[in-house]
Amino acid sequence: MSLWFGIVAASLAVYSWKIFGYLLPSSVLNNPVLARIANLLTVALLAALLGVQGFTSGTQIELDARGPALLVAALLLFLRAPFIVMVASAALVAALIRLWLG
Amino acid sequence: MAKPKNQREFSVLSISLGVGFATGLYGISFGALSVSAGLDIVQTQVLSLLMFSGGSQFAFIGVIAAAGVGGIGVGAAVVSAWLLGIRNGFYALRMAPLLKPLGLGKLIPALLTIDESTAVATAQKEIADQKKGFWLTGAAVFVFWNLMTFIGAVLGDALGDPKNFGLDAAAAAAFLGLIWPRLMERQTFAVAALAILIATFTTPYLPAGVPVLVAGLSSVIFGLFNWLKPKEQVIK
Repeated sequence: MSLWFGIVAASLAVYSWKIFGYLLPSSVLNNPVLARIANLLTVALLAALLGVQGFTSGTQIELDARGPALLVAALLLFLRAPFIVMVASAALVAALIRLWLG
Repeated sequence: MAKPKNQREFSVLSISLGVGFATGLYGISFGALSVSAGLDIVQTQVLSLLMFSGGSQFAFIGVIAAAGVGGIGVGAAVVSAWLLGIRNGFYALRMAPLLKPLGLGKLIPALLTIDESTAVATAQKEIADQKKGFWLTGAAVFVFWNLMTFIGAVLGDALGDPKNFGLDAAAAAAFLGLIWPRLMERQTFAVAALAILIATFTTPYLPAGVPVLVAGLSSVIFGLFNWLKPKEQVIK
């Protein structure tokens, strides 16, 4: 699948949820199990991406400078730092560790 | 009675602009991370214009970063983005009776139906303010998000090898930031922890991109049986 095709397909796929919401009867909201899974699915997928992005490299599990960077990010989130500051600090920590360790 | 009305309008407008600007700021990280994942500037911009849903966009480029710009990885990126967009469907269900758009008039409000526009709309007391909150916030986030995406993409393009600047760590931190508000509750914390473990430990054995989808099952497990349910079950 080419990247451009994927970009257009994914955009339409996300849009499909948004438009279906305006076309469907609102009784769909009343299914508690469906609503609960949809709610938890967001957390599960984002957490999975955190795992892949933070602790793997290619097809291998790899612990490196990203670990300490995530600890700093967590500390800044705890201190209610703005999103952009937290992200930039994580990048800086990882970059500095790699610089020092060669 | 003109004055209180003006004040109220001002406050909805200022909330909308504030939310739009704050959200736009993390558009910078999206732009930079997208380019470092292997998309070009135009592709990055098209995602912000057409997909216009932060979680789905970060998911798409996250899977591309792990799996590369071709083959099964792109398919997994599409499915990840799609699954992450599901909550927008629930927002749309809630916004439909408020906005009551008709026919083709549904196309634009649908595009603007995201976390922020829904949150600001539902936070207002009066119907008129709710509508205004939806439209102003949706428009403000759309403008700032796209503008900042472009700036971020150009910056990311100029930086070169993303690893030297720790952009891989920044991407992981972005996902942490997106789930952070949900980690205070034990059910969502458990779902997140299980998903991280599944995604990480299945990576050596599954095609790139697929571990993220498999980890999504943790939400089905906890959702079906409602394990560790919150004390007050409020489905928004």
